[in-house]
Amino acid sequence: MSIQIIPTATAAENALADAFREAKASLPGTASVAEQRAQAFEAFARAGLPNRRIEAWHYTDLRNLMRRALPLAPIPSQAQIAKLSAEALKLPSPRLVLVDGVFAPELSGPLPAGVTVTSLAAALAQGEPALIEGLAAAWAEADDAMVSLNAALMQDGLVIDVAPGTTLEAPLHIVYATVASEPAARFSRSLVRVGTGATFRLNEMSLGQGGRVGQTNNVLIFEVGDDANVAHSLSLTGTEPASLRLETFLVKIGAKAQFDSFALITGAGLVRRQIYKLFNGADAKASLRGVSLLRGREHADTTLFVRHAATGCEGRQNFRYILDDEAVGVFQGKIVVDRIAQKTDGRMLAKALVLSDEATMNSRPELEIFADDVACGHGATIGGLSEDQLFYLQSRGLPANEAEALLLEAFAAELVDEIGDEDLIAAYRADVAAWLAGRAGA
Amino acid sequence: MLEVKNLSVSIGDREILKDLNLTVADGEVAAIMGPNGSGKSTLSYVIAGKPDYEVTSGEVLLDGENVLDLSPDERAAKGLFLAFQYPVEIPGVTTMTFLKATLNAIRRQRGEPELSIPDFMKRVNASAAKLDIKSDLLKRAVNVGFSGGEKKRMDIFQMAFLEPRFAILDETDSGLDIDALRIVADGVNALRTKTRSFLVITHYQRLLEYIVPDKVHVMAGGRIVRSGGKELALELEKNGYRDYVEAEVA
Repeated sequence: MSIQIIPTATAAENALADAFREAKASLPGTASVAEQRAQAFEAFARAGLPNRRIEAWHYTDLRNLMRRALPLAPIPSQAQIAKLSAEALKLPSPRLVLVDGVFAPELSGPLPAGVTVTSLAAALAQGEPALIEGLAAAWAEADDAMVSLNAALMQDGLVIDVAPGTTLEAPLHIVYATVASEPAARFSRSLVRVGTGATFRLNEMSLGQGGRVGQTNNVLIFEVGDDANVAHSLSLTGTEPASLRLETFLVKIGAKAQFDSFALITGAGLVRRQIYKLFNGADAKASLRGVSLLRGREHADTTLFVRHAATGCEGRQNFRYILDDEAVGVFQGKIVVDRIAQKTDGRMLAKALVLSDEATMNSRPELEIFADDVACGHGATIGGLSEDQLFYLQSRGLPANEAEALLLEAFAAELVDEIGDEDLIAAYRADVAAWLAGRAGA
Repeated sequence: MLEVKNLSVSIGDREILKDLNLTVADGEVAAIMGPNGSGKSTLSYVIAGKPDYEVTSGEVLLDGENVLDLSPDERAAKGLFLAFQYPVEIPGVTTMTFLKATLNAIRRQRGEPELSIPDFMKRVNASAAKLDIKSDLLKRAVNVGFSGGEKKRMDIFQMAFLEPRFAILDETDSGLDIDALRIVADGVNALRTKTRSFLVITHYQRLLEYIVPDKVHVMAGGRIVRSGGKELALELEKNGYRDYVEAEVA
């Protein structure tokens, strides 16, 4: 006789099942999309919320951390969207605004030549087969319960197409705005297809999240064509301590393409960023960078899965954390080099400055190499500020607190300065400075 | 005037400076020479305020005030400067940002207003010209990727820029080729005034051909064991430190 232990569903898991049952008839999409949603939810329900026994979620036990599931955010009304128009005018452009996960064309624009945008809801309703297949493949590849949940519940998002050969000077901004008055959950999924040889920069930012508790599950899929040059940045700032934010980033990189991505995480309750990066064309270069500045009881997890499935690609992964108070930082990075991916050059580095005895950093880099002619390496450091650097600055006249602030700012700014766009560098540096200013009183 | 009185210093159980006495008058360039491990660098760090050392007795008086009670930045504001034996790299902070932050911090501590940007630039450019520092070096992170010689030159450049009252040069000559040595020495000599004093710590006599000292002190076993004029350096060059080390062991 064998005994099978089936764990009881948690309150949050039950609430998610109820939410899906109630919402599925009204979620956008054709009959085949509805079928995919049902399969995706089944996959989620089988796995349940990820817990510490799932290797990729070992340090972010969502089953334990996510005590309740918030109801789905209602579709924002025209009046709610109109209220944002004055604020939207101050935002950088060209921009695409999502209000509670729903694309708001009236707040967006002007679209540069060579770029077409549709809302995901409209695309799902039209049932474009290639798009639907692409989205299905994405969640299957990720094989992650929370990505499956997103595939089941995705409300809206963007489908951005950049025509081959397009060169955009200014970055395109995606702005996430929030209007729901009650704590709510949002599921958005966006797809960015960058054509062969195009040059494109995308920046993601948030507006008006302050004071609102929310649970966000966003998926962003990038398909980078051959010879394209793509830069991406994400500012993940200013949510309430009780908030939960899951960001999944799936990137496929074509031959000889260049891809560069930076993310800043500050002032966010519980954040999990998971990045799936696939090199599937030869001789591409891609770099992922991130800075997490955490205090209080904030928890930020960045987990990478990098797969080299083509020859001669260069991958750079560079992540930094500053942890104060009782904050928890998590970095997991796995680089897999397929047998065919000879001449791979892959590097990964995670550095953490831990400023308090109660703060925790969990760092786990991994390499799995099946090719024999590669140059791969990884490193992880966890420590405090260098006493030698502090003394050097103090001996030149800087008081201890100013010396410390200067070193912390430099630690974060080193990666910010590699963004490659002056306006964005200034904006992200300002976010870093604001975080440090909040620390000075401590 | 700097007076070190009966200074004893330990790290852990190990006593490094033993009842050391030293006086450097206004406008004087004093050299300290001595074998490895005699405590020369410890003396410079303790005067500048490095936290790793325990002062078990004694005082360091700058113009009559005991600086051992002050934090390193307060000592800098009083006019103390240490040119490091191994200048520290500060990734992510450009030299320009660093200079501005240090000068303004010192001026704030002294109750002086911050310098305007044109005045600041004038002062940077004047000091850079003296030490033959190219402006693109100032836009790079402090000491990052610099050669040993460049780092030393940058430290002396910072000294020229901050215009200290009392400067300590800890083995500034090590790692410098002859051209860099001449530039650094010219920079130091240009700063010599009737009120500014220097303590030049060196293992070799070579540096003292370029920065000619008023006094030479020999340090061994944590003490000043002999003091004299500049001719003492030549004698040491000829005979080495053997006599002093043997005397210490005996």
